[in-house]
Amino acid sequence: MAVEDKVRDIIVKLLGVNPEEITSDAKFQEDLGADSLDAAQLAMEFEQEFNIDIPEEDANQLTTVSQAVEYLTKRTAG
Amino acid sequence: MKNGRRVVITGLGVLAPNGIGVDRFWDGLVNGRSATGTVTAFKTDGMNSTVDAEIKDFDPTQWLSVKDVRRTDRFVHLAVAAAMMAVQNAGLDMNAEDPNRVGVLIGSGIGGIQTICVEHARMIEQGPRRISPFLIPMLIINMASGQVSIMLNAKGPNFSIATACATASHSIGEATGLIAGGEADVMVAGGSEAALNALGFGGFCAMKALSTRNDAPEKASRPFDLGRDGFVMGEGAGIVILEEYGHAKKRGAPMQAEIVGYGATADAYHMTAPSPCGEGGARCMLTALQSAGMNPEDIGYINAHGTSTPLNDKLETEAIKAVFGERAYTVPVSSTKSMVGHLLGAAGAVEIIAGVKTIQTGVIHPTINYETPDPECDLDYVPNTAREAKVDTVLSNSLGFGGHNATLIIKRV
Repeated sequence: MAVEDKVRDIIVKLLGVNPEEITSDAKFQEDLGADSLDAAQLAMEFEQEFNIDIPEEDANQLTTVSQAVEYLTKRTAG
Repeated sequence: MKNGRRVVITGLGVLAPNGIGVDRFWDGLVNGRSATGTVTAFKTDGMNSTVDAEIKDFDPTQWLSVKDVRRTDRFVHLAVAAAMMAVQNAGLDMNAEDPNRVGVLIGSGIGGIQTICVEHARMIEQGPRRISPFLIPMLIINMASGQVSIMLNAKGPNFSIATACATASHSIGEATGLIAGGEADVMVAGGSEAALNALGFGGFCAMKALSTRNDAPEKASRPFDLGRDGFVMGEGAGIVILEEYGHAKKRGAPMQAEIVGYGATADAYHMTAPSPCGEGGARCMLTALQSAGMNPEDIGYINAHGTSTPLNDKLETEAIKAVFGERAYTVPVSSTKSMVGHLLGAAGAVEIIAGVKTIQTGVIHPTINYETPDPECDLDYVPNTAREAKVDTVLSNSLGFGGHNATLIIKRV
């Protein structure tokens, strides 16, 4: 499965949103209804799914779907 | 209550092992149906008891968003569902209320123990960085009151009581006091419990508190019967809407019963065993009668704590005799737990709801599985079959580990 599909699945599962709402520039907090606890859990789920550690300062920068997809693609490449 | 403003019950909400909603709950009780059975929720290998009372057909997404279901423990799901049912039953429109005058007081005996177990296992297997950020908000007992206040926009007094099996009765009693004292006009009050997992159940097994009648699970809860051998652990929630009398009258709310008496005492004796002769429970009933300005002759029915443990039923019987004298032998006494098991922190609420239904319908539900009289339990326990009787006043007892006692008295309005 592509990185983007995995990210979208995690967002649907954790935030209970419809897949159509998850546009690539959607912001987790403003557009998808996440609060700070959801954001923490999102980062944790990304770590688990992609088997990486995401430093807190990196996690804080991931505020949109596309940022997360780009970051995770880069971290898991090669 | 003798002191303060009058407080009436205007809404009822219940989820119990014998049914979701007041109608199914009450129908099960008056028909003497047992809701206890063999555990299906978890594995009981190595446990001495395999009997519990589960709610099997509950879908929390009927009451909460998918996201909120994931972020809250089952005891909060049950509390929210019961609270929304009670609000609906009371015809309470929060848009028409001053939110500052509406409070929530929902307790739980144990709280989110399943969440604790899941996250503890994750920490052991995957390390502390995998602990969910929702662990703490999911497990804390006060989140039932918190979540309900968020959903109702209820901004008045809001907290939780944890007194084990007396939790819900204390919650309703203290919420009544808040209204009587003028601190709120409406309170959403009661208790919720969802501790049927291996750790919660195994803990009670270790105490040898649970019935081991594993070959006849529907007969395991048998309060006051000579063959009783422990309680049956259940789950559920009971919530009532309490309102100041004038407030309820003004909005034409259904006044289902009035809370006229409340007693709260401590045994100050032992962690789990009741005090000798049920002294603490007796003092609690007396305190409630005094707060109601009533005599034992005024009570038409006692909904007992009646757990089906050897000690509780004997000592509660002694306590009733100590308070009621000769009247103890003529007042009907029955145990809701004989049918739905012991709902721990929710028990007192579903039992006061049974009391309200008794007043409304003129039917006293039975104590089922009563087969062999115990010489030490010699009162009228309404054995096995419901009884028609005009009841105007109900006294309900709840006695919790820690020596916490709570008694509520309700009366026809």
